[in-house]
Amino acid sequence: MPYVSNEEAKAAVQERAGEPAAQGRLSRILDSDMFHSFLRSKVTVVAAIGTFILFLLAFLAPWVAPHNPFDLASISILDARVPPVWMEYADPRFILGTDDQGRDLLSGIFYGMRISLIVGFCSVIAAAVLGISLGLIAGYTGGRTDAIIMRIADVQLTFPAILIALLIDGVAAGVFGSIDREVFAFYILIVSLALSFWVQYARTVRGSTMVEKNKEYVQAARVIGIPAIIIMIRHILPNVMGPVMVIATINLALAIVTEATLSFLGVGMPPTQPSLGTLIAIGNDFLYSGEWWIAIFPGLALALLVLNVNLLGDWLRDALNPKLR
Amino acid sequence: MNVLDIKDLKVEFPGRKSVFVAVNGVDMSVEAGKILGVVGESGAGKSTVGNAVIGLLQEPGHIAGGEIFLHGKRIDQLPYKEKRLLRGRKIGMIFQDPLTSLDPLQTVESQLVETIRTHLPLSGKDAQKRAIELIDAVGIPNPEERIKQYPHQFSGGMRQRVVIALALCAEPELVIADEPTTALDVSIQAQILELMKKLCAERNVAMLVITHDMGVIADITDHVAVMYHGDLVEFGETTQVLGAPKHPYTQSLISAVPRPDIRVERFPVVNYIEEAGTPQKQIDISTHWLGKSRDYEKVTGPLVQIKDLDMRFETRGSIFPSRRKYFQAVKKVSFDIQEGETFGLVGESGSGKSTIARLITGLYHPTGGSILFGKTELTSLKNRKDVLTMRRQMQMIFQDPYSSLNARLRVRDIIAEPIKFHRLASSNSEVRQIVDDLLDHVGLGAAAGQKFPHEFSGGQRQRISIARALATRPRFLICDEPTSALDVSIQAQILNLLKDLQEELGLTMLFISHDLAVIRQMCNRIGVMRHGELCEVSDCDQLFEAPQHPYTRELLELMPSMELLSRANLESA
Amino acid sequence: MIGFATRRLLQAMVVMLVVALLAFTMFRFVGDPINQMVGIETSIEEREALRERLGLNDPIPVQFARFVTQAAQFDFGTSYQFRQPVSELFAKRIPATLELSFTSALFALVVGIPMGIYAGLNRESAISKLFLSVSLVGISLPTFFIGILLIFLFSVTLQWLPSFGRGEVVQVGSWWTTGFLTASGLKALILPSITLGLYQMTLIMRLIRAEMLEVIRTDYIKFARARGLPDRLVHFRHALKNTLVPVITITGLQLGAIIAFATITETVFQWPGMGLMFLQAVQNVDIPIMSAYLLLTAFLFVAINFIVDILYFLIDPRLRVGRP
Repeated sequence: MPYVSNEEAKAAVQERAGEPAAQGRLSRILDSDMFHSFLRSKVTVVAAIGTFILFLLAFLAPWVAPHNPFDLASISILDARVPPVWMEYADPRFILGTDDQGRDLLSGIFYGMRISLIVGFCSVIAAAVLGISLGLIAGYTGGRTDAIIMRIADVQLTFPAILIALLIDGVAAGVFGSIDREVFAFYILIVSLALSFWVQYARTVRGSTMVEKNKEYVQAARVIGIPAIIIMIRHILPNVMGPVMVIATINLALAIVTEATLSFLGVGMPPTQPSLGTLIAIGNDFLYSGEWWIAIFPGLALALLVLNVNLLGDWLRDALNPKLR
Repeated sequence: MNVLDIKDLKVEFPGRKSVFVAVNGVDMSVEAGKILGVVGESGAGKSTVGNAVIGLLQEPGHIAGGEIFLHGKRIDQLPYKEKRLLRGRKIGMIFQDPLTSLDPLQTVESQLVETIRTHLPLSGKDAQKRAIELIDAVGIPNPEERIKQYPHQFSGGMRQRVVIALALCAEPELVIADEPTTALDVSIQAQILELMKKLCAERNVAMLVITHDMGVIADITDHVAVMYHGDLVEFGETTQVLGAPKHPYTQSLISAVPRPDIRVERFPVVNYIEEAGTPQKQIDISTHWLGKSRDYEKVTGPLVQIKDLDMRFETRGSIFPSRRKYFQAVKKVSFDIQEGETFGLVGESGSGKSTIARLITGLYHPTGGSILFGKTELTSLKNRKDVLTMRRQMQMIFQDPYSSLNARLRVRDIIAEPIKFHRLASSNSEVRQIVDDLLDHVGLGAAAGQKFPHEFSGGQRQRISIARALATRPRFLICDEPTSALDVSIQAQILNLLKDLQEELGLTMLFISHDLAVIRQMCNRIGVMRHGELCEVSDCDQLFEAPQHPYTRELLELMPSMELLSRANLESA
Repeated sequence: MIGFATRRLLQAMVVMLVVALLAFTMFRFVGDPINQMVGIETSIEEREALRERLGLNDPIPVQFARFVTQAAQFDFGTSYQFRQPVSELFAKRIPATLELSFTSALFALVVGIPMGIYAGLNRESAISKLFLSVSLVGISLPTFFIGILLIFLFSVTLQWLPSFGRGEVVQVGSWWTTGFLTASGLKALILPSITLGLYQMTLIMRLIRAEMLEVIRTDYIKFARARGLPDRLVHFRHALKNTLVPVITITGLQLGAIIAFATITETVFQWPGMGLMFLQAVQNVDIPIMSAYLLLTAFLFVAINFIVDILYFLIDPRLRVGRP
C-alpha cells in the first residue's frame, strides 16, 4: 500500500537526498547510506581495520613472522617453554615466548591463523555454494523437491554443527584409517564444516526465493518466456544475496571457532600443521605447570580474530535490514 | 467551539544531508460532530499531520513550529506522560490496515477491557459490559459471543469495526482516521464510512479523516483540507472546495479523478502536477521496428476465446485425497475478446480476476476449460517453440511498480531482455537503439536506460514496465490493476499513455481493475466477477446505465458519489 | 490439539527413523565390525561363524529392522574399546551430562531472558549497549577457550574452584548419581556450567532483543500506544507475548544444542559424562558408541522439539482456534 504514514515522508527524504545521481561506481559507494552507517559506527571501522590487519598478518605469515616454526633446523628444544619477554628468564628473540618444542609462539600464531583462515574461507565458500544452489532449487521449484531438501535440512538442523563435524570426522577416520587422517585432515575438515553449515544458507535462500518468486518482476520474466534456470540465476540470485552475505560473514567466524574447537578436541588439524585450535590444545597441557602463555596467547589471537569478524557481520546485518533502520 | 485547532504547524524530519519539511505551516480546525477530510497525494504530509496531533511522530521527526489545541488547551508541548493520557481518552485513532492493527494473541475482549480500564475507573465487570455495548454499537452481530474471539477469526471489515470500537472506548472528543478504508473492498468501504458518519453524529465526536481518495472526501466530510508537498493549498467546506476549487493544484487533482458517471477520451493533464511524462522524441510507428512486422495471422472472430475456465488451488495438502481442501478461484468462466478492443474485468479482491490474467499468460495452468488465442489452444501447448511464439504475442503489465522491476538490473537491460531472448533484433547496436526508442516513446527519455529502477518514482516505473511489455511487439496486452498503486494524477497520465499506445498499435487489451470508474474510462466491454464467477458481460455504457445483474447494481450503488466534483477541464467523450 | 500432536509425533518418528538409518549405516559399513571385535589370531572360520551368529549375513533390511528393535530396547551392541555393553557405559554417564546441561540451561535462561528484554525495550541505553558488546565477546570466545580461561583464573591462579571432575556424588535410586547434594559436587558444577551456558545465554539474549525490536515496530503495538495504554501493558502484555512465539522455538533448539556442546565442556573439565566418552570414541573409531550417542542425542532433541511445538500451539491462538 502506498499510503503509509511516516514511511512516505522518509521515502521523500531519501528521494530528495538522492539527487543529483552520483556518477561512477566508487563515488556512488562513497555516497551511499550504507557507507555512511559504516563511518558512523566507530566500532565497525575499528573492526574493519583490525580484520584487515589480522588477515594481512595471516596471509603474509611467511614474510612477516620473525621465525619459521616449520623449519626444523632453526628450532632447538633448548629454547622450549621460554616465557614472554616481560617475564623472568625470557629470551628477546621470542616476544611471546615459545611452546614445548621451542617454536616461537608469535610466528606460530601467524602461521596458525593462516591455516584457520584458509580452512574458514574454503568451508564457507563450499557451504555457501551448496546451500545457495539447494535453496534456490527448493524455493523456486517447490513441491516434492522442496519437501525433500527441506526435510533433510530440518533433520540436520536439530544437530549442532560441531556434532555433525565430529561424526563426519569419526566416520572419515574409520574409512581412511588413522594414518591417512593426517594427510586428509584439511579436506575432511572442510567437508565436515561445509556439510554442517549449508543448511543455514539453504533455508535463508529458500525463504527469500519464495518471496522473490511471487514478485511481479519474476512473473514478468516468466510471461516473456525466460526458462526457470535463467530466472533463478539472472533474476532471483542477485536479489537474495544480501542476507547471504550476512550469513557468510557470521559463518566465517563460526567456521573458525568450530575448526579451532575440532582441532582442540584432537580431530581437526594435526600438530604437524597446527591451526590456532591445535596450538591451544598443545598449550592446554602446560596450563597447570605455570606455562600459561602457550595456550592463552593463541586463544587471545583466536578471540580477537573472531570478534572482529563478528563485529563486521553484526553491522552488516543491521545495515542490510531495512526494518531496523 | 472547535475541538481541534491546528495553527501554523510545521513538522521536520532531519535527514543525513538535509532537513525534510513534511508539514510546512498548516492551519486547520474541526468542530464537534463534524468530519474534516485531509486529502493529498503521497508525500503531501497528510498522515504526518495526524501523527503530530496524537503525538506519535516517528523518530527523528518532530514538531518544529506552530501550535495544536484540543478544546482550546494547547497539547503539542505536553510532557510524554500527559500526552499518553490524552491518547485513547481524548483522541482516538484508527489505522489503515485492520489485519495488522490488532494484537493476534489477545482476544478482542481483553484488548477492549484493558483500554477501557486504562482510561475509565470501571470494575472488570462494568468494563466488560461496556465492551459488549461498543461491539454492538459498531454493528458486529452476536457481540457476547464474538467478543471472546481472537482477531484472526474476524474478516477484514469486521476487524476494522473492532478497531473503531477500540478508538471509541473512552468516549474521545476527537478521532483521527488514517486511510481507514484503503485496505478494504468497495462494499465494505461503504459500510465502514457509513458507520463512521453515524458514530460521529450520534456521539458528537470530531473526526479527522486522512485519505487520498476523493470519493471518501465527497462521501462523508463536512470540511476538507487539500495538501500538496507539505503545504495546505486549500481549506473550506467540502461542497465548495470540490465544486469550485480555487487553487490550480486542487483543480488539476479533481480533473484527474476518474468518475463512473462520465467517460472522458483523455484526462486533462494540468501542468501543476510534476513528472507529467514530458513528451520525448516520438517515433514513427509506421516505419519503426515497433510498428513493423505486426502482420500476425489474421483471425476471424474473437482474438481470445475463453470457455468454461476453471481453476482451483489446493489450500491444504494431505496424503488422503478426502482430507485435501481446495479453493475454487475461477468457476466456469467464459468470455470473448475481439481484436482491437479493450475488455474490462471488474470485481472485489478474491473475485478471481487476476487469476484469469495469470491463466491466460500461462503463469498458472487451469484445472479445466479452454483458452483459445486465435486458432491456438493455449492449455494444450507442449512444444516449447510454440509456447514461446504465443508468449511473445501476449504481454502483461503488473500492479506493483515497486516489485515488477528487478532492482539489480539497469533499466536498459530490463527492456532489452525480451528483445534478446526472442531474437527480435539482429545486432546489439540495434537492440540498444530499440530500447532507447521505446524509452522515448513511453515518455521517459533514452537517458533513463542507464539508471536502476529505484531511481524512479512509481509512475515512471510503470512506464518502464510498459516499455518492457512492448519490447516483444505483442498484439495482446493484459493490464492487471496497472494504476491502483499510483496517485490519481499519475494514474491519469498512465491511463492516457495506455490509450495512446492502443490506438497507435491496434493492441487488444484485457484491463483488470477493482475500480469501476477507471474501468469506465478504459473499456469497450466489461465483465463483472464475484467469487470466481462471471456475473455479467455487457457494453460499457449499458453496464453503467442499465446494469442487469443484482450484484452489478449493488456495486454501482456503493460507489462514492462524485457528483460534487467540479467538471471544469473535462471534455466528455 | 490431538490431531496436531499426533501429526508432530509422526514427524518426530520419521526423523528418528532417518537418524537410525544413519546410525545403522555407520555401524554396519564403517570398518568391518568383526575385525574390531576379535583379535588378530582369530581364524577365518571363527570369524565367519561370528558373522553368521551376529546376523551380518542377513539381508540389509532385516539387519536394519533388528538394529531398530534392539535400539528401542536400549541395546546398542558392545563397545570396541571397552568390551562392555554400550548401554551400560551410557547409563553410568548420562546423569553427569544431564545435570550439567540442566544447570547451564537454567543459567542461560535466567540471565539471558531479562537481559534480552531490557536491551530490546531500551535500545539506546548505555546498559543495553554494554550487554550487546559483552554478548558479542561471549559469542566470539570459543567455548573451550572460555573454559581454559576460567580454569586458569579460578583454579590455577586463585585456586577457588576445582578444574576437573564432578566432585563427590551421591547415589540416588538404582542408577542415578547426583552432584547436587554435596558441597564439592556443587562447587565442581560452577565452572563447567558457566562455560557451557555462556554461549547459549548470549544467543538467547540477542535473539530476544532482535525479536522485541521487530515486534515493537508492528502496527498493533503502534495502535496500542495510540490507545494510550501504559508502557507496562504495551511492553509486557503485547510485545513480550508476541516475542515469545519465535523465541520459544529457537530457545528449544538451543537447549538441545547444550547437550551436544557438553562434549567440549566435558573434555575441558574432564567431566565424566557421555560427551567425553563420545569424543574418545571418535578418536578411537569406536563406532557402536558413536552411533548410540547419535541416536540418544537425536532422541533428546526430538523430544525437546516436540515439547516446544506443543508450547507454541498453546501460546498462539491462530493455531489453536480455527476460523469461523
